[in-house]
Amino acid sequence: MESSASVLCKSSVSVQCIRKANMKKSLLFPDFTVTRDPDKCIQCEVCVRQCAFDAHSFDKEANKIETDNSKCVSCLRCATMCPTGAITVSEHQQNIKKNKNWTEKQLKELYKQSETGGILLTGMGTDKDYKIIWDHILLDAAQVTNPSIDPLREPMELRTYLGAKPDRIEFRVQSSEFRGQNKKLRTTNYELQTKLPPQLKLETPILFSAMSYGAISLNTMRALARAADECGIFYNTGEGGLPKELYKYGKNTIVQVASGRFGVDSDYLDVAAAVEIKVGQGAKPGIGGHLPGEKVTEEISQTRMIPTGTDALSPAPHHDIYSIEDLSQLIYSIKEATGYKKPLSVKVAAVHNIAAIASGIVRAGADIVAIDGLRGGTGAAPTRIRDNVGIPIELAISAVDSRLREEGIRNRASIIAAGGFRNSADVVKAIALGADAVYIGTAALVAMGCHLCQKCYTGKCNWGIATQDPYLVKRLNPEIAARRLVNLIKAWSHEIKEIMGGMGINAVESLRGNRLRLRGFDLHENELKILDIKPAGESM
Amino acid sequence: MIINSQNLTHKKLNEKIRSAVKSGINRIELKNVNGQRYIASGLKADVNIKIYGTAGNDLGSFMSGPEINVFGNAQDCVANTMDAGKIVVHGSVGDILGYGMRGGKVFIKDDAGYRAGIHIKSYKEMVPVIVIGGSVHDFFAEYMAGGIIILLGLDRNKKIAGNFIGTGMHGGTIYIRGKVETYQLGKEVSTVKFEETDNELIKKYLAEFCSSFNLDYRKIATQKFTKLKALHHRPYGTIYAY
Ligand code: SF4
Ligand code: SF4
Repeated sequence: MESSASVLCKSSVSVQCIRKANMKKSLLFPDFTVTRDPDKCIQCEVCVRQCAFDAHSFDKEANKIETDNSKCVSCLRCATMCPTGAITVSEHQQNIKKNKNWTEKQLKELYKQSETGGILLTGMGTDKDYKIIWDHILLDAAQVTNPSIDPLREPMELRTYLGAKPDRIEFRVQSSEFRGQNKKLRTTNYELQTKLPPQLKLETPILFSAMSYGAISLNTMRALARAADECGIFYNTGEGGLPKELYKYGKNTIVQVASGRFGVDSDYLDVAAAVEIKVGQGAKPGIGGHLPGEKVTEEISQTRMIPTGTDALSPAPHHDIYSIEDLSQLIYSIKEATGYKKPLSVKVAAVHNIAAIASGIVRAGADIVAIDGLRGGTGAAPTRIRDNVGIPIELAISAVDSRLREEGIRNRASIIAAGGFRNSADVVKAIALGADAVYIGTAALVAMGCHLCQKCYTGKCNWGIATQDPYLVKRLNPEIAARRLVNLIKAWSHEIKEIMGGMGINAVESLRGNRLRLRGFDLHENELKILDIKPAGESM
Repeated sequence: MIINSQNLTHKKLNEKIRSAVKSGINRIELKNVNGQRYIASGLKADVNIKIYGTAGNDLGSFMSGPEINVFGNAQDCVANTMDAGKIVVHGSVGDILGYGMRGGKVFIKDDAGYRAGIHIKSYKEMVPVIVIGGSVHDFFAEYMAGGIIILLGLDRNKKIAGNFIGTGMHGGTIYIRGKVETYQLGKEVSTVKFEETDNELIKKYLAEFCSSFNLDYRKIATQKFTKLKALHHRPYGTIYAY
């Protein structure tokens, strides 16, 4: 009789109750399906312990490991750690009627917003299906008319100096004669008279992008710092300050000054090799940052000097920068504070007017312009902003480089390009388009174990990267992660040399802005014009 | 030591200050200051600097330790991201006073412009204090995350503050001598009960403020103070869908 009672009960509930119940019932359905092979599973509960999203649990009564698909974010931590390889994560198959316009993703976002009333948040760079211009640019190689170079046996120069280069240099030439064994000999000494502006010396044209303490864990920062030190390159603190134990990597550290001014004091400015004013970021141009309160632990509260558990608010603008003149003021304020001894970088997002903006930044006194493109990553950004604002870095690099050349000020600042660099070929193309070096963020995180689940904003990163939970943080061994980063930089550097050698180029200096060695394939005429490259098939 | 600042660029002037500090001088007077920016920017020293004239933008930015007295006015961005030390201005200052300030004290005898005390923050014993004798414009104490700001409004002919007081505030305390209307407050703040400990705190800083400017403490202390705190720790915590 139980069943009939329940039927009776249902029929007697008021309309309001049903409405309430309907409101409670989520219309969302899982993104992923987790399958556990019962033949392989040994019930060790590793997956249960590994998942911070609580997708797995052990059901005592049934004596069984259970999985709640709706909680799975496909970070693949469990599948990787399962000792018997029993777990497979696949896309959840739900037959939403196929519709190119109203895709499953669109529907889910609508459900989510109608259930919460909230702004959609996400992490990492945009996953939207925009054309990737890198994949439509082809590199040249030497054949017959000029020799290629074998980088394994011949010297190849990747060393890069970032900073302002003087308009002209003056030498003092001093010749002196002296007697050799049976003839007069002459020596000539050249002495540089011009005082060179401060430079950052990189062994390879790659730097680790700004990722803040708070967004990423201390272990992740340790790994980045160590790897930068070992590779002779730089990592960037982002805007969350610098824990004291990392001061020893100061000579490989770029520190950021952002609108929230977190962790900025004179020690912080003193210890760094360079200072970067963060105006914008590719993943969220035009908006500030909210480090979610979940990630503001005691340690984060200390470096950022805000109460624990509050959201760390970085205002959208720097309220002391409303113009290029104001930017210049902050640049010089920092230069004064650091005795003009460090290069000053200004980081902006690649937006429509980027060429003019970059020109303004250089004229304001920056030594480096860092430009972050449409695909730049983030620890947390509103989905709509991340997926719809900005322009691809490929177009931005050439637009900026061309503009600075036209204005005769290209030497006054170096360009660092950022935003979705996936491999060494992207780096070579960026440099040939006109960048001096590139920032890599996502690629570095992937090297350390990130699986791009895009849930960084939850603070529950199962790979110990984008989290402050001590239990999760210790999953990332900084030694091992640093090793993996060093391997990555090494591998890319070898590949860059290989590609350059093939082109018959033996120094990265000769690759820089060498757009003649690039060809566009399947690109629109306007894109070719902005990139200032020829279509494939057209000769020199 | 006296430095005549006339016709000196900010770079030259700061070089002179720095080399004086390096040689162990701990009292410096800057005469004829005429809008030079970045004075004592990033200076980390125990030194007393007296400025005669008008100090330019970014006075004492990133500074850690010095005590600066300005006998005149100062322009925008005084005490930008200042870490420790003291700045006393015997006049008025421009906009964004104490942006991101992390410690130390700033006393302004007269008025401050827009966004005074924006995003000042604190941690344990590092508690920045700003006392403003006159009035302020809109967005006073915006994004405030910690520290103490006291606003006195001594010139009663003017409205003590503009609108949007404490917009985005999520920490720290604001004390305003007298009353402000509810419409002047940002959405994230509210008036809270005044406690005995508040009295002691105000007394301490008021006494120091008054002695800096030779003001009669008893006259100022007669009026009641309004105390403002952030309504929430996470003013924007609920606008996102997780
Ligand atoms: S980790 Fe693998 S073997 Fe262990 S309980 Fe989970 S599925 Fe089974
Ligand atoms: S850092 Fe962690 S949370 Fe963010 S995408 Fe990578 S694996 Fe996911």
